[in-house]
Amino acid sequence: MAKTMTMNTPANGPTIQVDKLNLSFGIGASANQVLYDVDFSVEEGEAFGLVGESGSGKTTVLRCLAGQYDHWQGSLSIHGQKLGRKLDRARCRKVQMVFQDPYGSLHPRHTVETALAEPLAIHGIGDRDARIDAILSKVGLPLSFRFRYPHQLSGGQRQRVAIARALILEPRILLLDEPTSALDVSVQAEILNLLADLRVRDGLTYLLVTHDLGVVAHLCDRVAVMQQGRIVDMQECAALSGSMPTHPYTRMLVEASRHYSREMAQIAATDAAAASRVAA
Amino acid sequence: MSEQTTSPKLQVEDLNVRFATGEGLVHAVRGVSFDLGREKLAIVGESGSGKSTVGRTLLRLHPRSARIEAKKLRFGDTDLLTCSEKKLQDIRGRRMSMIMQDPKYSLNPVMRVGDQIAEAYLAHHKVPRSEANQRALAMLEAVRIREPQRVFKLYPHEVSGGMGQRIMIAMMLITEPEIVIADEPTSALDVSVRLQVLATLDDLVSQRGLGLIFISHDLNLVRSFCDRVLVMYAGRVVESIAAADLENAQHPYTRGLLASLPSIDERRERLPVLQRDPAWAMA
Repeated sequence: MAKTMTMNTPANGPTIQVDKLNLSFGIGASANQVLYDVDFSVEEGEAFGLVGESGSGKTTVLRCLAGQYDHWQGSLSIHGQKLGRKLDRARCRKVQMVFQDPYGSLHPRHTVETALAEPLAIHGIGDRDARIDAILSKVGLPLSFRFRYPHQLSGGQRQRVAIARALILEPRILLLDEPTSALDVSVQAEILNLLADLRVRDGLTYLLVTHDLGVVAHLCDRVAVMQQGRIVDMQECAALSGSMPTHPYTRMLVEASRHYSREMAQIAATDAAAASRVAA
Repeated sequence: MSEQTTSPKLQVEDLNVRFATGEGLVHAVRGVSFDLGREKLAIVGESGSGKSTVGRTLLRLHPRSARIEAKKLRFGDTDLLTCSEKKLQDIRGRRMSMIMQDPKYSLNPVMRVGDQIAEAYLAHHKVPRSEANQRALAMLEAVRIREPQRVFKLYPHEVSGGMGQRIMIAMMLITEPEIVIADEPTSALDVSVRLQVLATLDDLVSQRGLGLIFISHDLNLVRSFCDRVLVMYAGRVVESIAAADLENAQHPYTRGLLASLPSIDERRERLPVLQRDPAWAMA
C-alpha cells in the first residue's frame, strides 16, 4: 500500500504522454484500423480537450489510457512511467474515468453509499464513512444522499455521484468522456463549474473528450481535433475565439458551434463527398 | 423572411394536457397558445418542459391517460379536438407529419428504406406501386442522397445516422404535408451532418411553403435556423420572441438559459447557474 502512495508524486516529464498510438480491431483482411499514430502530451494540472465527430477515435484514445483496451501499439506513459497493458491497482489510484451517461454508469440497485464504498473496498482503504461524507460535500451533494438509489436522483445529481466515485481514490488524472452531453444546459453549467473548481482545488489533470467546442473552450487550455483516427489540428483554446483557425475542419467545427449557416452546410457537404471518395 | 399568410395554418389557444398517473393528474402543458403560418417556429426548453408533449398533442399521438383541453385547436378548417379518429388518419402523415429524433428507433428494421418511403405515400394515395416507388426515388434525391437507386434497396442498419435522418425526412415530406413537426431532428447527429440535414430541411420548407415546428433544446441552433422561438418552462410558454431578437430576451429564464451556454468567443471563469423562480410556472 505504501508503495503505491509514493507513485502519486509527479515525476519528471509530462503527466500524460501518448506516442505513436495505433489501434486496430479485427485481424487479417478484415482488420479495421481506428487510430493512426496519435501523439500528444498533457502537462501537470492542464486540461486538455479531444474533439471530433463520432467515429473519429477520440473516445478510443481515452479507453486505451483507462485500460479498457489492451492491444494498442505505441507507448503510453503517465508521470514518466510507461503503462503496461494490464490494469493494475496503482494505475487505478492515479487515473479515473467519468462516463458520458449518468443513467447507464451507476448500478440501479446500489445506493450512492455502496457505489462510493466499492472502490475503497477494492483498494483496502479504511475510514470509509468519513471519506464518503467528505467526497459528497466536495461534489456539492447533501450528506443525506448517501442512502439514495440512482432513480431517486436527477441527471445532474447522478453525474455528481459519478464524479465523486472517480475522485474517492484521490487520483491525479481524470478522464472525462462527454461528461455533460446527456444533461440540460443549465445543469451542464453546474457540472462544468464543479469540474473547474475541483481542478483548481486539487490540482487535477483533465483529459476531456467531447463534440461540443463550447465545452472545450470553457474548460480546457489546449485542444486536439481528431478526424478519422488522426489528430489533424492542435490549438490553444484561447486562440479559437479570436482569429479564424487555419485548418478547414477545425474552422467548420468552430463555425458550426456558433450558428447554422448555408455556407458551412455547403462546405460540410463537399467535405463529406471528398471523404467518401477517399474511402471508396 | 417568409411571407406570412393572413390566416395561420394552425391555431392553438389555451392548450392544457394532463396525464392520469397513479399519483393523480400531472399537468404537463399549461395554457399554451400560438399560431403557425408559413414559418419556422422553434419550441425550446429543458427536458420535462412539455415541448415534445405539445408536438404530439397536435397529432393526438398520446396514450389514453392523456386529457387534452383547449379553447381552440384548429388546423385549417378542422377542429383537432373534436374530429373523428378517421378524419385524423387523413391528416396524420398526409397534411401534418412528424420527424422523430432518432432514425435508429423510428425506421422499421426489417423493411428496405425505399419501401418504407413508398409505403408512406401509398397509405394516403391510391396509386400503383411503381408510381409510389418513382416518387420515393425522387424524394430521396430531393433530400440530397447520392445514388438514390442504391440507397432505395438498403435496410436501416446499412445507412449512417445522417442518411437515416434524411430518409425519415423524405418519408415525412413525400405526402407534401402543410405542417411538419420535427422533434429534435438533429440532436443525435454530428455537427457536419447536422448542418447538411438542416440545409435540406431549410430548402424544403422554403420551396414548398411549409409550416415547420422545430422542437429543440439547442438555443444556439434555433437562434440561427428559425424565425420565431417559443420558450417553455414547466409546461408554460414563458416567452415568445423573434429568433433574431433572442439576444434581447426579457424573461429571466430565457436569459438564464442563454447565459449558461459555454461559448467559444467569450471565456468566463464560471458559468452563471440558472436560479429558478417558482413564480415562472404560475404566472
